[in-house]
Amino acid sequence: MSLLEVAGLTTTFATERGEIAAVEEVNFSLEAGEVLGVVGESGSGKSVTALTVMGLLPRPPARIAAGSVRFAGQELTSLSDREMRRIRGPGIAMVFQEPMTSLNPVFTIGEQIIETIRAHERAGAAAGFARTVELLEKVGIPSAAERMSAYPHQLSGGQRQRVMLAIALACRPRLLIADEPTTALDVTIQAQILDLLLDLRDEFGMALIVITHNIGVIAETADRVLVMYAGRIVEEAPVAGIFDRPAHPYTRALLASAPALDAPLAAGHLPAIPGTLPDPRHRPPGCRFAPRCELAIPACSAALPPLTAVGPGHAASCIRLGA
Amino acid sequence: MMTPLVEATGLSRDFALGARGLFGRSRHVLRAVDRVDLAILPGETVGLVGESGSGKSTLGRLLIRLVEPTAGRIRFGAEDITRLGGRALAETRRAMQIVFQDPYGALDPRMPVEQIVMEPLRIHGARADAAARRAVAEMLDLVGLPPRAARRFPHEFSGGQRQRIGIARALILRPQFVVADEPVSALDVSVQAQIINLLTDLQRELGLTYLFIAHDLAVVRHIASRVAVMYLGKIVELAEKSALYAEPLHPYTQALIAAVPVRHPSARAAGRVRRAELSGDVPSALAIPSGCRFHPRCPHAMALCREREPAPREVRPGHVVSCHLVNPA
Amino acid sequence: MPADEEGLWHRPSVLALRRLLHHRLFVSGLVLFAIIVVAAILAPVLAPINPDKIDMNATFLPPSLRHLFGTDNFGRSLFSRVMWGARLSMLIGGATVAINAVAGTVIGALAGYYRRIDNIVMRANDALMAFPPVLLAIAVTATLGPSIIDVIIALGVVYTPRTARIVRSSVIVLREMEYVQAAVAAGAGDWHVLRRHILPNALAPLIVQLSFLFAYAVLTEATLSFLGVGAVPPTPTWGNIMAEGREYLTTAPWIIAIPGAALMITVLGLNMLGDGLRDVLDPRLRIQQ
Repeated sequence: MSLLEVAGLTTTFATERGEIAAVEEVNFSLEAGEVLGVVGESGSGKSVTALTVMGLLPRPPARIAAGSVRFAGQELTSLSDREMRRIRGPGIAMVFQEPMTSLNPVFTIGEQIIETIRAHERAGAAAGFARTVELLEKVGIPSAAERMSAYPHQLSGGQRQRVMLAIALACRPRLLIADEPTTALDVTIQAQILDLLLDLRDEFGMALIVITHNIGVIAETADRVLVMYAGRIVEEAPVAGIFDRPAHPYTRALLASAPALDAPLAAGHLPAIPGTLPDPRHRPPGCRFAPRCELAIPACSAALPPLTAVGPGHAASCIRLGA
Repeated sequence: MMTPLVEATGLSRDFALGARGLFGRSRHVLRAVDRVDLAILPGETVGLVGESGSGKSTLGRLLIRLVEPTAGRIRFGAEDITRLGGRALAETRRAMQIVFQDPYGALDPRMPVEQIVMEPLRIHGARADAAARRAVAEMLDLVGLPPRAARRFPHEFSGGQRQRIGIARALILRPQFVVADEPVSALDVSVQAQIINLLTDLQRELGLTYLFIAHDLAVVRHIASRVAVMYLGKIVELAEKSALYAEPLHPYTQALIAAVPVRHPSARAAGRVRRAELSGDVPSALAIPSGCRFHPRCPHAMALCREREPAPREVRPGHVVSCHLVNPA
Repeated sequence: MPADEEGLWHRPSVLALRRLLHHRLFVSGLVLFAIIVVAAILAPVLAPINPDKIDMNATFLPPSLRHLFGTDNFGRSLFSRVMWGARLSMLIGGATVAINAVAGTVIGALAGYYRRIDNIVMRANDALMAFPPVLLAIAVTATLGPSIIDVIIALGVVYTPRTARIVRSSVIVLREMEYVQAAVAAGAGDWHVLRRHILPNALAPLIVQLSFLFAYAVLTEATLSFLGVGAVPPTPTWGNIMAEGREYLTTAPWIIAIPGAALMITVLGLNMLGDGLRDVLDPRLRIQQ
């Protein structure tokens, strides 16, 4: 049994102009200790997928139109808010992109971590304090005991993200979801946080989902990768497969269009993907990527392409895979 | 040697910060840009990289007089524009423009695209007549937008298309010098390459000179001819692109390059080793370290680094570094 | 970007109008307020009896077909008095809003845009805002005299600092917008920036504020009249009618209840209208699409 199994998940949002599917027919599973990278651009549905798993979407306007989310054998989509709160923390925890607004400015970071510990277990004041100091040391906050009494605004962005990690890890979750954990941070800090995430995965033995728009973050962290575009999974593969044998034209274009530091300097143009991301209200028929795809043929717009296996654990939804 | 198009000498900018008295002045002063020298040659693209708080955006705005300098001089062509005001400044501004990072905040939501792009012409006295409309249509075509875009409003466009509108507005006065302030950072990955290609095409067609500000070293490597690295208000290294990326001399530049994520999972372990040396966060610009401002994070810091600020030195032709460790070759 | 619709329909103001007309709270508020405005405009037609005409043979008549709202202690038609009172309330509210829209915008825009004068202007503003509105209004009418014009001036003095503060805070935000920077970079002067970019974009929060202000002005004017420091009796303001009716609260409750209800409809309508405007116009509350 996998730790997390998502099957046929479709999440929709009610808007003024009708219901929009943010995530459509998403299937994936995750084993304990595994790092799953989810890469996609805005509107790809990668964050909505994570928030659906966490049960953090306001319903309404959001609605799980179809599918199931099973965590450690338990179906999450039918749980009440109260039951879901017990899963969050010791079961699944999450860190977000913006460490500035994720912390409450009027409490010290020590208070915020102890509060999380006490919400889920009986811990005396002394034990709670000791656990918190230990957590802060684990996430790499220097002189942790002193920093306990610091307020969020006294910390740098990187340190705030470390504190968020400490809060997420306070109940030793079995799955940690990191949604763009380094997007708001500087390059040198990004590298530190990514390394820390992997170290913590090893130490806590938890599974990790890293959601990002940055293919470099995937290269640094993931064991397995989902590539999402306009609400659907277009490719799924072990990480080496994505970089060595990208199958879907979108994955290939994404890899090619980002300039690399170590690649030979190409004079002239970067290989760009033409066009714009589809508006979720006016998604193209058939393959969502067809209007921007250089391999597209009329049949691409006729029907949604099925996910086709191209190798062990490697599949892509494209009817032009051989082309 | 060629005469620079834009040249900054000892350029500084202080910002007053924080708690003010009842009627009084602020007591905290943040030096965002600290005695910077920079010369940009006609037709080249200088990449300016640095982390948040490095002052790179302020430096870009200082050069085009969008932010007033506290000290130092700015020359544009043959003219000293440091103290220019009124009509003369407005005239000079025709030749220097800016493209912003945030394609959402950069366009007035109440104006149709035609008015947005035409605005610089109107500011300089043109009437909103057929000729002005034709100029806008040509500009929209040049940046790759359809003619019908003219009548639409910003909220109807995607981020990449808005950035094209912002570029059209910046170029309609036919400037010589354009500051591109993180023009692709806020865009989706699949759209970034389009905008970078557009900027390079326009440079070739219109003979533009760019200051390209970015935090993404790979993007800068693609577009720039020379690269300047900023840290806490100072340019710590400046060199030809090929030299800077092949042989970065300043420990901070080395750390920045090492921190860029690897391009293939097989390089992970090597990447971790490479960047293990740099630790800590960027210090607050309110408490700039003594001596070399990078010394608290520098793996090679010596006693001298804590005491004396290193002066910029040209260690090889065109390669300027401010570091005590680096000796002229 | 759908190609089938004309640009006109995507004009931000047109979009806002369409959203407003689908906003239930706004439309309900608009209907309530419109009732009072129509009553004020049509008072001479609908209420032909002179509101000051005394008829000592017809005092304290309860509402009936002949006297829709009944009569007061001097036998004056309450229907006429309340209708003409609506005229005065609308005049006072409208004039206060006009003073605020002009003076508040000028003061707020200058303070927000020119940091040099900001401190001085805002401290003077704070000093005025430190007084309770009704007390300050009483002080002004006591100095100037109790006429409609003086009440309007008093309300202007009381509320302009509040409006100025709201305009100032939007201007401070807008001044830093990159489209303003872009105009400056293109060589635009202060006047161009203020007129083309800052004021049009500061308009939305101002309109919201002014709709609430209209309600406050009507309410404060009624308070002043009720306390006897507003327009002198027998001027038929709602506050005056209610003040006179106070003594007959138990015997002729309609004298105080009917102008009270009119006041309530006005304030309720304006507040609902203002809340609707805020929902649609305030970008901070709008859910991102």
